[in-house]
Amino acid sequence: MLDNDAREAVGDYKAGWHDPENSTIRFDAGLSEKVVRDISELKNEPEWMTEMRVKAFKHFDERPMPTWGNMSMLKQIDFDSICYYLRSSKATENDWEDVPEDIRNTFDKLGIPDAEQKWLSGVTAQYESEAVYHSIREDLEKQGVIFLDMDSGLREHEELVKEWFGSVVPYSDNKFSALNTAVWSGGSFIYVPKGVHVELPVQAYFRINAKNMGQFERTLIIADEGSSIHYVEGCTAPTYSTDSLHSAVVELIALPGAHIRYSTVQNWSANVYNLVTKRGIAHEKAKIEWVDGNIGSKLTMKYPSVILKGEGSHAEVISVAYSGSGQHQDAGAKIHHLASNTTSKILSKSISKNGGRGSYRGLVTVSPKADNCKLNVVCDALILDENSRSDTYPTMEVANPTARCEHEASVSKVSDNQLFYLMSRGHSEEEALALIVNGFFEPFTRELPMEYAVELNKLMALEMEGSIG
Amino acid sequence: MSNDSQLLKIQDLYACIDDTSILKGINLEIKPGEIHAIMGRNGSGKTTTANIIMGHPDYEVESGTVELNGENLLEMETWERAREGVFLSFQYPQSVPGLQVGNFLRKSVAAILGEEAAKGKEFRNKLKESMKELDIPSSFLGRYVNDGFSGGEKKRFEILQLMLMKPKLAILDETDSGLDIDGIRTVAKGINAAIRGTESGALIITHYSRILEHVKPDKIHVLISGKIVKTGGPELALELEERGYDWLEEGSED
Repeated sequence: MLDNDAREAVGDYKAGWHDPENSTIRFDAGLSEKVVRDISELKNEPEWMTEMRVKAFKHFDERPMPTWGNMSMLKQIDFDSICYYLRSSKATENDWEDVPEDIRNTFDKLGIPDAEQKWLSGVTAQYESEAVYHSIREDLEKQGVIFLDMDSGLREHEELVKEWFGSVVPYSDNKFSALNTAVWSGGSFIYVPKGVHVELPVQAYFRINAKNMGQFERTLIIADEGSSIHYVEGCTAPTYSTDSLHSAVVELIALPGAHIRYSTVQNWSANVYNLVTKRGIAHEKAKIEWVDGNIGSKLTMKYPSVILKGEGSHAEVISVAYSGSGQHQDAGAKIHHLASNTTSKILSKSISKNGGRGSYRGLVTVSPKADNCKLNVVCDALILDENSRSDTYPTMEVANPTARCEHEASVSKVSDNQLFYLMSRGHSEEEALALIVNGFFEPFTRELPMEYAVELNKLMALEMEGSIG
Repeated sequence: MSNDSQLLKIQDLYACIDDTSILKGINLEIKPGEIHAIMGRNGSGKTTTANIIMGHPDYEVESGTVELNGENLLEMETWERAREGVFLSFQYPQSVPGLQVGNFLRKSVAAILGEEAAKGKEFRNKLKESMKELDIPSSFLGRYVNDGFSGGEKKRFEILQLMLMKPKLAILDETDSGLDIDGIRTVAKGINAAIRGTESGALIITHYSRILEHVKPDKIHVLISGKIVKTGGPELALELEERGYDWLEEGSED
């Protein structure tokens, strides 16, 4: 996926190269109401959106930082040094040939056009603040599937966007959802009509290239009754000594009987703050699954959520987190059982190494009116050395006695005997560790499309290199 | 190859764990095609001998040499020894949750015998045959390595690996413990298939003579307190069965 020169240049993290910055529009660093209005004006947005942005900005400005997660790392974010809008291409193209060469090469190295041809229904590629490439299979378009970047979605389907935007994650939800609502740019807008099944996944790829960049994509997926879709996202950034900020909001709406699966392999470089709000609402008999892999970033705070609003709906959050040197993955899940006969499953797996820190933070609630709910929470942590840390903060608030709750947690270490066993079968110590780690993540990787699973295993093998003291 | 054509040659081996000395001068030679057995009580140093040949990090070699075909094993990493042709069937095989048996076998055969050996029809046929020989159902390939295996399944899985990895020297550490008569017979069949009629050799470590009835060893060594106190032919197993180890205790033989 990456040529040798690039790999040498970036060491272990293989997506850490950067292109020369050829911006067509770059806002000065810093955030103000004017910046927010300028973004909206540049995008020629309807007034209601401008107003929502401004309200959100004010809320962001007033709202204190979260007092949990990793406060000392959060405090280090310098909002004034971040660029809130940067565009590197003139338009969103639907032919890779028309995408500026540097950018096209980057996505080539990341293997996106190749994957698109082989196994995807559609692709959107975002570079800095804007989508630079976008396409969807013709047959899906004919069936009425809408798959656009969010800005085009707002232009072409304003009524749908107005109805649903912010309905699952209001700007006032938290400080970073407010920030995203104020300065959002790019992301995906998807509508799947009643009864349509999108067989192959659609993919979004997010790339930050510039230094001190803020990326604030906004994604909204609406699956109408009885439809289904699998959305896959990946992300990388160059390695810089200064920090970048990625703060996305994702809203999913699964109408009765619909099925949305949302898979993420997050591999930001170790200078990116990844503070993301992801939430879905599942209506009657609908199903929402978050498959969430966090490998990179400096600090990730992300808790994919599902509100089980309709009777018989189902939620699953399967996540893995890898925390290496200087990294803190504060990840988990939130599920709210609001209706009867709803079921949920959380499986969280985390690995900490070289002083990295992994936290599972989970909340499951069952409301008094929701009868016969079933919930299952499993969190496993694997700690690879003495300097690393793993914490679990599971919360269950069950206000209905008919609920059936199961909770299991485990913390384990790789034993010398396990390594010796694998080494006696011809595997070097690093290979042995990679086999153990990939095995630990297997319940997650088997949920990914095969191509992603292979890539994730390679990524973890790379992380294990040079890790043996 | 060394000039005296020994497959395994251990000379004056002294070893300890956490400053407790366990092996006190072991000498052992196995020629290509031979199967030897080491018998002895618990704590006599049998498993230590196996672990040292394979290179377990907990044991420290104080002095002496261990050579495979004249190559100094003690200078090699465990995985290099494996690639050189040493195989250890573990007394307590470790589980690796999430690592599928099929995947593990392919990767391990590739690591030891090369990528080509783990590909294609030949490998698949060999795998199928060996599993059949050991009464292992094909569903086994989808399970996780030793995860939730019964004692018997673990031992059979070790022998399956032995058959696929075709080592020059197989060390079988209490492969018979915890097996019933049928299990022992099956496992012995696997050992015979892998070693007999080849240039490979084996070292069987056991308490009991039962497995030795099915795998006729060329030589039997009795280990007491870190020393080999007696070496004999297959008949020695029966003698030990009848008389125990007491008559071999210190003073009786050197």
